[in-house]
Formats: sequence, structure tokens, C-alpha cells
Amino acid sequence: MTQSVVVQVGQCGNQVGCRFWDLALREHAAVNKKGIYDEALSSFFRNVDTRSGADGPGIYKGKICSLKARALLIDMEEGVVNEILQGPLRDVFDSKQLITDVSGSGNNWAVGHKLYGCQYRENIVEKLRKTAEHCDCLQCFFIIHSMGGGTGSGLGTFVLSLLEDEFPEVYRFVTSVYPSGEDDVITSPYNSVLAMKELNEHADCVLPIENESLFDIVNKIHQMVSSGKLGSTVKQNSVVTSSAGSAKPAQEKPFDAMNNIVANLLLNLTSSARFEGSLNMDLNEISMNLVPFPRLHYLVSSLTPLYTLADVNVPSRRLDQMFSDAFSRDHQLIQADPKHSLYLACALLVRGNVQLSDLRRNIERLKPSLHFVSWNQEGWKTGLCSVPPVGHSHSLLALANNTCIKPTFTELKDRFMKLYKKKAHLHHYLHIDGMEQSCFSEALSSLSDLIEEYNELDATKGGPRTDPPRLKIAL
Amino acid sequence: MSIVTVQLGQCGNQIGHEVFNAICSDVHGTHGLCSKKENESYHDACKERFFREEESEVPVARAVLVDMEPKVISQTLSTAARSGHWKYDDRSYFCQKQGSGNNWANGYSVHGPRHKEVIMDLVQKEAEKCDRLGGFFTIMSMAGGTGSGLGAFVTQCLRDAFPTSFILNHVIWPYGTGEVIVQNYNSVLTLSHLYQSSDALLVHENDVIHKICAQLMNIKQISFRDVNQVIAHQLGSVFQPTYAAEGGLHYSKNPLGDLMETLVPHPEFKMLGLRNIPQMPENSLAYSTFSWPGLIKHLRQMLIANAKMEEGIDWQVRPPRLGSSVPSSHSTNKPLHFNTSIANLVILRGKDTHTVDLGSFRDPSLYTSWLNPQDAFNAWKTPRTFNKYEKSASLVSNSQFLLKPLDNVVGKAWNMFASKAYIHQYTKFGIEEEDFLDSFTALEQVISSYTIL
Repeated sequence: MTQSVVVQVGQCGNQVGCRFWDLALREHAAVNKKGIYDEALSSFFRNVDTRSGADGPGIYKGKICSLKARALLIDMEEGVVNEILQGPLRDVFDSKQLITDVSGSGNNWAVGHKLYGCQYRENIVEKLRKTAEHCDCLQCFFIIHSMGGGTGSGLGTFVLSLLEDEFPEVYRFVTSVYPSGEDDVITSPYNSVLAMKELNEHADCVLPIENESLFDIVNKIHQMVSSGKLGSTVKQNSVVTSSAGSAKPAQEKPFDAMNNIVANLLLNLTSSARFEGSLNMDLNEISMNLVPFPRLHYLVSSLTPLYTLADVNVPSRRLDQMFSDAFSRDHQLIQADPKHSLYLACALLVRGNVQLSDLRRNIERLKPSLHFVSWNQEGWKTGLCSVPPVGHSHSLLALANNTCIKPTFTELKDRFMKLYKKKAHLHHYLHIDGMEQSCFSEALSSLSDLIEEYNELDATKGGPRTDPPRLKIAL
Repeated sequence: MSIVTVQLGQCGNQIGHEVFNAICSDVHGTHGLCSKKENESYHDACKERFFREEESEVPVARAVLVDMEPKVISQTLSTAARSGHWKYDDRSYFCQKQGSGNNWANGYSVHGPRHKEVIMDLVQKEAEKCDRLGGFFTIMSMAGGTGSGLGAFVTQCLRDAFPTSFILNHVIWPYGTGEVIVQNYNSVLTLSHLYQSSDALLVHENDVIHKICAQLMNIKQISFRDVNQVIAHQLGSVFQPTYAAEGGLHYSKNPLGDLMETLVPHPEFKMLGLRNIPQMPENSLAYSTFSWPGLIKHLRQMLIANAKMEEGIDWQVRPPRLGSSVPSSHSTNKPLHFNTSIANLVILRGKDTHTVDLGSFRDPSLYTSWLNPQDAFNAWKTPRTFNKYEKSASLVSNSQFLLKPLDNVVGKAWNMFASKAYIHQYTKFGIEEEDFLDSFTALEQVISSYTIL
């Protein structure tokens, strides 16, 4: 069994991270009735003897003493992290796992990456080594951050490249929240494009998220729940945006519902690595199957169902609806429509009470309406995990490597160009030690190259299929 | 003689478990509709072949379990122990923490050499506990990383360490619309490597077994467990004890050796397919009766028409007429869809097997010209029924059964290879483009050989 470490950077990263740990505890509590520290728990939590502070007794089989998250919390201002440490999750985090500063990064990628990066490098490396030492077999780092600000974007991507240097064999999965068009941070296009270059070069897999999509999902659920259209009541703890049953008190903060969605994404992504099933899908398999070329590692994700109704009997039509929804544009976590673009690869991770034949039937049913690249016509990766998420009898996570992500990148580039052409706000960046004009031009060309790769693939869509001739054998 | 089973990867371990279950429940289930003496002989032969006695009352499977992550093995060990009828040796397994990530190169080039000693040590121990070693039976899938990559490496090691033993690889062909995106790469690499070290490859296709579950077994919600149980039944129907010769006095001692001798006359032709008839849900068994002529007729047509199961057989397909001016090995002489055989083995179990006429299988027009029809066909029998089927017939065939699936897999892999997609994932672990090309060449050769039969 392997372990994963979560590195949450910046305000957004820490708020999402906080929801993740809360819901992770809820999930394990639902499954682990005997309070025994088992392998599934150890993937994200340490079992610590509170008296000595060292790792607790009989790992696997021992009783749970005190669970500590395998996490590193980084923020250049104290507000968010302090709030976490005063909240109900304070015991889950080790005070030695924090790195904070006072003044923040001023929404400036250069401050986060160059200034604080340089300043805190050794501190970060040391704390990362410590968390890695507590792991029997460290498989993956999850970085959670936003792209538009200064800390998450700048320092977050600094940590990413640090991870590649210090732990080259450990996978790096990055959950990045991309800014929307109406973002109130003026310099968010600069920050995002500068961060994109780092993601292109140092991440194994990136799961882009857009606030607009999360917001739409929250609204959709709200409407369904309050309109009374549903015949029976909705199970509260099943709603993908809900914190019901977790440690959080009833008063939810505005972003909590949206952040819960991202937290659920990460839980579902790692479920097959933690729990058993008839066809396991580990994290290294996700990277192997969904990344056909090193730089095309951006995965569009969708979660279904968004909630369950209280009645338990699920006729197979509802099950099929779950599969259809996974491909609809309003269930995607970014503003994109995979159905009308080109798939390079697709993964379906099913949890709970779904049989192999249901999965196969739905793949056959949905395949004809989807466009797959010519060299991967049947490119599906599937996983079946027996343990469903809290409140559900079954659920589905779909991960797509699809050219529908190109518009997100081209819009980002356009917004960047609007500012860059006028050299607006550039001086804030350039006066930071280590920042030069070339950083901007390199980041821009990195993004342009990426967009071009997607363009080339799109050009093949719908064209005539000519299979390459096979090898001829002399008889 | 005893067979040592090596279960590799998630698939190999899940299937292996069902196989031992099926064998055990066959032996304990009924008295097999034969005499007590017969039943005891059967029981003893089966025990010696697959199990050993330990101080515990329950027989221990002669098996080594290998996987690169722990979840499946721990489940397999505990479920077997709970059955109360048999168990695995608690120490006869090897696992790691991280898995192979569906990466053949990771399984073959990294895990293989790294863990070779420990794994071969376990195999050696199991082999030494056999009075006489009859050979190795490995179970693996081609699609993933461990079963396929590490499996290919382990097979090579088995060949090096036991040069005169028989090695039979049981290989699971994945669903056509994938389970794993890189499954075609993994399959091509696996098959080309196994071809060098293995004696024969016995193949089960997931798509075919799935259809059997849906159409013959009437299972509404098919799970991998259902699929694996059908596979286990089919394997059991081949490997449970039989008499190799008519009027034989004792059960055959060397099933793997006999199998190789009858079916694999030439090292270029190692692909074996398996068919079993009848196949039906257990609760229908009591209401069905079969006649041997009916079963044999269906089985023969399944062979000729390359039908995957006993429903939907194309009865129009006929073998070519002999004595025509064109030699029968010329491919244009064959009617379309006719499945040419090199060699066939039919196994009959149950009531009145001594009365069965197998002349139709000896028809020379079924076979290539380069073996005598007497040598090309063999039959094994036992009056003891198998797994509650009053009559059961199996066919193990070295024929063009697997030509189309093989061609499909190589075609898809080649298509992907032309675009160089995913290649960086393999080169990362030491498998280069030339290695791929070597594998493609080897398999195109096999395809070509089977095509011109």
C-alpha cells in the first residue's frame, strides 16, 4: 500500500485542502467501523502516539490513537492557516507541517516563486523530507493551488519544481484552480501563464478546475434541492457540495460548497488505490494511460452523481444516466465540452455497486457519440472500486485527455496578451530579483507550443482514417 | 506428477483462486456417478496434481502468488482459507507496495530483475515439495503491467532454471474496447516474449467469456467473479484427471507433457484455444439431458466454423473436399471462415464416454497436411463426471482460432506505435523503440505462419 502527501499552497489551496481532509476523515469513518488503523487510512494519515509524538503502535491492526494528515500547509499570510488551526481540524495537522509568513504575495507570481521560493527553499525541503520519511512507500504528491494569485501560483509552482528535483520518482498530481474571465485580480493572466510553464515542465498530471463550473454545479444542486421537484428527499451527506457529517459546523462559508466538489474529486481519484475492488486503478496507472505525450497531461474531470435520493432502489436506467451525465458539459469541472472535441484517452473510475456488465454496456452505448483520435479508437481505462463514497451506492469519476481544454488555454493567452502588449503592471514583476523579460516570453511560447500541439491533434479529427501499412514478412 | 501454479498480477490471482475452488468443489461435490473405487482414484490423482498435504487437515494448493501491490493477494489468501476445503500456503507469496502502473516495461525491466531471486526462491521451494514435478502453469493477463511484464520475465526465469520442465502459460486476452489504454502494447510485448520461453499459450478471451455469461449462463449483472468462474470451469475440464489411452489402467500422470506432445508439434505454433460444451446455469442442469452424438457434432462444428460457444454456430461452413487437384495447404482452396487445425485434443467426462464415436474429428480435411491424421487428433476420457455435468466435452485446439484476435491486437498496437503515443512511458523504464519493432516482427511472423495453414 502506498502513501500520498498533500501540499496545499496559498489561500485557495488551503481552503480546498481543508475541505479535503475533513471529507477524507468522514469517508474513512464510514468505512472503518472498528477504529483500527488500516492500510487504507495510512495512505493519507499517520497514526501518532500523542504522548511521544512518534508513530504509534502496531501500524495496521493497532487501534487509532491520533490521526495526523500527511500534509504540508504553506501560505505567505497567516489568516487562512490560522483559521484552520483554530477550527475542528486542528488536531489533524502537525504544527511542524506549516510554513507561513506575514505579508502575503500581493497577487504577484514573481514574489511567490522567486522571492519566497528562494527564502523558504531549505525550510520547505526539510519539511518535505520529514513527511516523506514517515511514509513506507511514497507514491504521489498532490499539490492544490490556484493559478491566478501570488502564493498558490508562484510559490506553489516553485514547490512543484522542487519536488521534481528532490523526489524525481514520486508522481506529481496538481489540482489547479484557473481564474475565470471576470477575475477581480487584474494580474491573474500573468500569474497563470507564468505558472503554466512550470506545470508544462514539471507536473505528471494536472487537473484544471474553473470556479465558474463549480459555481454552476452548486447552483444546479441548490435549484434541484429547493425546488421540490424531487419526489423524495435528498440524502444530505451524499450531495457532492455538502459537508454534512463532517467535522465542520453547520455554518458554511461561501466557498465551502465549491471546494467540497474538488475535495470529492481527489477522494474519488484515490479511492481505488485505497480500497479494494475487482479491477484496481492505481495513481501510476492514471498517469500511464492518460498521458500519451509528455506535455499533454491536462485532464478534464467530471463527477456523477451530484447527489442521491433517499430511496435506495436504483433501476438500471438511473445508473445509465450517471454514465451519460459524466460526458455532459455541465458536469465537467472546467468550462468545456468534451463530447464535441477530440478524445486522446478517457478513464472511468466506478465506485460501489456497479457491475462489470453495466460498465461495458455503457461504454458500448456512449462510444459512437464520442470522437477518439485515430490511433486510440478504443482508448478506455476502467477501474472498479467496491467501496462507494459516503451517502451513495455508486459513483463515477471520468477523466478525459481531450482537446476541449484548448479554449481555456487560448483565452488565457488572449487575456495575457491584452496586458502584455501594453506592458501593464510589468514593473511589479521585473523589479523582483531573478525576474526578467525573458521569463515572460518563455512562458508565452511554452503556452503557445502547447496550444499548437492541441491544434495539430484537432486537425486530424474527422479526417479520413488511413492506417499505417503493416510490416511485411518474407515467407 | 504435480503441477506448480504461478499466479501473476490481479487477474492471475483472482483466476487462480477460482480454479482451485472449482477443482476442489468438483472433487468434494459428488461421487461423480461412477464407482467408489473410480472416484477415489480420481480424487487421489487430483490431489497429487494440485495440492499437498500439510499438518493441517486442509490440503494446500501448490501455488506461488505474485503481485506488485498487496490488496489482491491478501484478499485471495483470506478468502481461500475461509472456504474450509483448501487453502494457500501463507508463506508462498510475494508482493510489493506500488504496483506496476499498467506499464509492461516497469514489470519486465524493473520489478523482474529486482525481485528475481525472491520469486524464484518461492518457486523452487514449491517445486521441491513435489515428488515429481510435472511442470508449471502460469496465469496472467496481457493487458496490465505485472501479469504481463513481470509474467514474461518470470516465464523466462522458469525456462532458465528448469530447462526440461513443461511451461504452460494461461493468458487472458482483454476486452476489445479496453480495460487499459495501452493494453495492445502490453499484449504485443508479452506475446512475443512468451513465445520464446513458453511451451504453449492457452488463451481465454474476456469478450468471449462475457458472451458465455450473458447468453448461456443467463447472468444479468456480470461481474469479474462470474467471468473468472467460467474460465475456471473450462480449465478444470481440461486439467482434472483423465485416462490418456483407451482402457488405461491409471489416470494420466503427466498432463502437461501429454498436452504439449499432442498439440505442439512445431515451436512456431503455440497458440491454443479452448472450447467447452455444454455450458449452462447450475440450476438448469437437472432439467437438461444431452446425447454424446449431439455434443460431439456441436463441438466439431464449433471447431470448423471457429464458433466461440455453442449458440450461434454457423452450420454452413464445411471443410474443403480432399482429393482436389490443388494441394490442401494452399490457402485459396479453403472456403471462407474455415478454421484449419494443426492438432486437436478432445476431453470427455461422464456417463458412457466409452461409447463415443470421435471419427468425425479424425477427418483429414480438418487438418494441415503435414501431420498424419492419427497424430493430429487425440482424446482423453474419464467416466467420472465433472462439476455436476453428467456429460461434458472440451476441445483444446492448435488451430486458427486465435488468428483474428492476434491480428487485431497487432494491428491496433501498430497503429498506436506509428504515432509514437505513450512510447515515452516505456522508454522511461528501458524498453526502446527497437524492442517494440522486434516484438512486432516476431508476431507478424506468427500471424503469417498461421494464415498460410
